[in-house]
Amino acid sequence: MFDDFFVRALVAGIGVAIVTGPLGCFVIWRRLAYFGDTLSHSALLGVTLAFSFSINISLSVFFVSGIIALLLLSLQKRTKLPGDALLGLLAHSSIAVGLVLIGFLTFIRFDIMGLLFGDILSVTINDIFIIWCGGSLILIILYYIWSSLFAATVNYDLAAAEGMNPDRSNIIFTLLLAGVIAISIKMIGVLLITGLLLIPPALARNLSNNPTQMVFLSILGGVASVVLGLFSSLEFNTASGPTIIVVALVLFILSMLAPNLDSKLKK
Amino acid sequence: MNVNKKMTNKSDYLVKLENAGIYKSSKWLVRGVSLEVSKGQIVTLIGPNGSGKTTTAKMVLNILRSDEGSVKSNTNRVAYVPQKVNVDWTLPLRVFDFMKITGDISKLEMIENLKLTGVEDLIYADLKNLSGGEFQRVLIARAIAKKPELLVLDEPVQGVDFNGEIALYNLIKSISDSLNCGILLISHDIHFVMSSTDHVICLNGHICCSGSPSSVAKNPAYIDLFGEHTASTLSLYKHHHDHSHGTDGRIEK
Repeated sequence: MFDDFFVRALVAGIGVAIVTGPLGCFVIWRRLAYFGDTLSHSALLGVTLAFSFSINISLSVFFVSGIIALLLLSLQKRTKLPGDALLGLLAHSSIAVGLVLIGFLTFIRFDIMGLLFGDILSVTINDIFIIWCGGSLILIILYYIWSSLFAATVNYDLAAAEGMNPDRSNIIFTLLLAGVIAISIKMIGVLLITGLLLIPPALARNLSNNPTQMVFLSILGGVASVVLGLFSSLEFNTASGPTIIVVALVLFILSMLAPNLDSKLKK
Repeated sequence: MNVNKKMTNKSDYLVKLENAGIYKSSKWLVRGVSLEVSKGQIVTLIGPNGSGKTTTAKMVLNILRSDEGSVKSNTNRVAYVPQKVNVDWTLPLRVFDFMKITGDISKLEMIENLKLTGVEDLIYADLKNLSGGEFQRVLIARAIAKKPELLVLDEPVQGVDFNGEIALYNLIKSISDSLNCGILLISHDIHFVMSSTDHVICLNGHICCSGSPSSVAKNPAYIDLFGEHTASTLSLYKHHHDHSHGTDGRIEK
């Protein structure tokens, strides 16, 4: 059944949406939207390196994004610059270094559009394998650090005082974020991955009054965006990555129009 | 005057600070703090704004690592009521969810503890819709529900109405008896401090004076820091406990 490119795209997209849902919730709760952007922009550098040394794209993106993430954590403690300035610094320097390196790689034909916006329809069996295995691993780790990470999200001091080890789960979460970008970069692309990370949880926020509900609704919203987006892109012959995000946006607008649902879902 | 409180065995303490201090942005926020909290004991920190009360509490809780001296802890069953908790509104959180954030408890226990602070009706309320006083009550209920050995309360009754304040202080007192836990309290309520705590530490970047409430009240450093007015309020208060007055003002035993 994986012979059909469309089925492969569906399976891969659904896998990504299941992982981005819960992680995206934390991205919103912890106000890390720009952090997601920084990580995904640095992924460009990762992709370039993967081509230069012909290693696996996901692996090299994970390493580069992970290093950028850890760099940010340590810079935050060392410099007097605010967080958003540091994020901009890292995002734009890594994207610039990535683009300059691409310039040197004249011997490789390089689909930069595919890199920026993803190419969900060129997904291979191997990619599906990476997405589902990597995604499961990410979700399992998230499950184990969930209570600690959640406590740290609500209040760092409370979590630290009551033995929840917030520093450790913060670092692990950052690496998981790098991981989710690594597995989905080929599908969604550098520019739009933060969209898939943010929009489904944002629409879920409109409809939920407790964290568990928000997580499940954002998974649902993400999967719906991927499925509807892929079918629409097939129907209207549009680029699949952006179409998925447009569908997510439409769902988000619909969620804003349903204010009464909020009170109905309570309790 | 700086020597610690009533007699306990060396191993009895839940947490012990020895000459601890925090250095930040090229100055000492607080320095040379030595204190001990033991089971069933209420230790109070008092001091003006910026005197390092919260910083000291954070050292006790191991949220901040002391830059000198030592912090020793004998318990990991700790509960904390922070001075400020800003829950981001992007996080949909009910009281029900908040009560469980650092450890699972049954719904029955949850209701029981919310009842103690008088907010059991708010169990499914959205945290962001609570008033300041209601939120304080939830925070205290959450901390008590953990059945801690060491309870650290940083200005726990801020924003609570007058009657509620008295009730909550009584609750804190009764908790220290019923759970036999050690309590470190940061409080401005001089009456509670003087009537119900075992040990008072007067802080102003360092320990100005410490000891039993009555001895601190007489200490010149304390009077210096808080002014004649508070000091006289205190001596009045102490007076009240020493003896009572007859209708004609005569002192009765």
